Amino acid sequence: MYATRPEARPATVEVFVDGVAVMVPAGASAAAAVLLAGAAAIRETSISGAPRLPYCMMGVCFDCLAEVDGAPNVQACMVAVAPGMRISRQRGARHV
Amino acid sequence: MSAPESFQAIIVGGGLVGSAIAWGLAREGLRCVLLDEGDIAFRASRGNFGLVWAQSKGQGAPHYQRWTRYSANAWPELARELADAVGADVGLHQPGGVHLCLSDKEMADRADRMAQMAREAGNSLPFHYRMIEAPELRGMLPQLGPSVVGASFTPYDGHVDPLRLLHALHRAFTGAGGVYVPNAKVERSDAAPRDFRVMAAGRVFEAPRVVLAAGLGNAALAPEFGLSAPVRPQQGQVLVTERVAPIFTMPTTSVRQTMQGSLLLGDSVAEVGYDISQKPAVMAEIAKRAVLSFPFIARLNIVRAWSALRIMPKDGVAIYDQSERFPGAFTANCHSGVTLAGAHARLLAPMIAAGQLDGMLDPFSARRFDVRDAA
Ligand SMILES: Cc1cc2nc3c(=O)[nH]c(=O)nc-3n(C[C@H](O)[C@H](O)[C@H](O)COP(=O)(O)OP(=O)(O)OC[C@H]3O[C@@H](n4cnc5c(N)ncnc54)[C@H](O)[C@@H]3O)c2cc1C
Ligand code: FES
Repeated sequence: MYATRPEARPATVEVFVDGVAVMVPAGASAAAAVLLAGAAAIRETSISGAPRLPYCMMGVCFDCLAEVDGAPNVQACMVAVAPGMRISRQRGARHV
Repeated sequence: MSAPESFQAIIVGGGLVGSAIAWGLAREGLRCVLLDEGDIAFRASRGNFGLVWAQSKGQGAPHYQRWTRYSANAWPELARELADAVGADVGLHQPGGVHLCLSDKEMADRADRMAQMAREAGNSLPFHYRMIEAPELRGMLPQLGPSVVGASFTPYDGHVDPLRLLHALHRAFTGAGGVYVPNAKVERSDAAPRDFRVMAAGRVFEAPRVVLAAGLGNAALAPEFGLSAPVRPQQGQVLVTERVAPIFTMPTTSVRQTMQGSLLLGDSVAEVGYDISQKPAVMAEIAKRAVLSFPFIARLNIVRAWSALRIMPKDGVAIYDQSERFPGAFTANCHSGVTLAGAHARLLAPMIAAGQLDGMLDPFSARRFDVRDAA
């Protein structure tokens, strides 16, 4: 259930946060990539459209919801980065 | 103990039943105190499904069917008065609702049940329903899966946000001068006709009226006031999905979309006593039925789940009583406190304020159980 905190490692994996390339260490979460990229927001809430960034980094607050490789409403703090991963803004509620 | 604090009515229990009555009494101008146990109590009002539902209530008990219909009719007024009193939007949406049937047998059983309800309704408040076959139903709910055979529909049903409702009732009550005392489990009391004393939270409260609306707690409290409230816990579990854009035009008995966009999946029933642990087998069954009903649900994330205890009277019908031994003491118990909030706030509370339950509530007295046991 818990992943051990990685030692400081070089940023070797390239991912895209809202289309902008950013290098992050292997094993980092997609939410960490969002923070490293300095994005202004990674989701807009489904009711009021308020901008949000990752907050708890441990799967409880849901403020890191993002579109990851096209899948909507993914908790970015709960997935590890992969080379070429596209992490984009979740705009409002998911459409089904 | 401190000096007694005097009120015109004491309400025991701050769940949906006690709060709706308390708001109704405060609106009638009574000075009230609402005593509520703490977070350790079993509290259905914080764990329910949020349906305002008339179509399956009162089979074999026409008085209960009628009372539920009165409540469904009173609901728009309740929503409006809460909006006026405290600016609350409790999210009432009452477009009618459906009970989905997943086999020919379920459809046939449902049709029998609806026909019986219509027969028992009589002419004063006819029960209008339709059994709708799948092709037509798909026009109303395009996301239906191929396993759905059809549904029963009545135009009375709907849903609300039950937590917003509870919050709005509390705010309206205190806004009208009512006093809410949390962490106040009633441990001791003295009863005399129209003269009650209740000890809770190290304080003493006195009033000529007391309303017992303590949910499962009523079973132990009622005898102190010459009343009885034979209720038992009945467990229900609920699953919650991630929020999605508005998708359904109406609620169903087992799947509904909240005003914030989450889907609630539920409708389980288990006789397990005072147990609120969640059972994977039950959760799997809820999920399976939801996916058979609406296959797209399989793609959604489940983000929360819980279990809570319904307050189930012995025969499933609500209990309302005034004590014969200690007039002024009332009980109110039901397993549909969301649905019945309209009746509790707008019909029952004025009767309690006037000191007399209307004759239409006679069949709800717990004395019905004595008769049955003696027979
Ligand atoms: C899973 C589930 C789904 C449901 N779905 C629906 C639905 O869709 N529609 C519907 O209409 N109903 C539904 N219900 C039923 C509904 O939730 C209940 O009927 C309603 O909440 C009962 O309210 P209550 O105030 O009687 O009880 P509670 O909410 O249990 O409140 C009782 C209160 O009394 C207090 N108390 C207890 N003992 C004492 C004491 N000695 N002194 C002081 N205070 C005391 C407790 O603290 C508590 O706050 C559902 C219930 C469950 C469990
Ligand atoms: S940051 Fe809180 S759930 Fe991901």
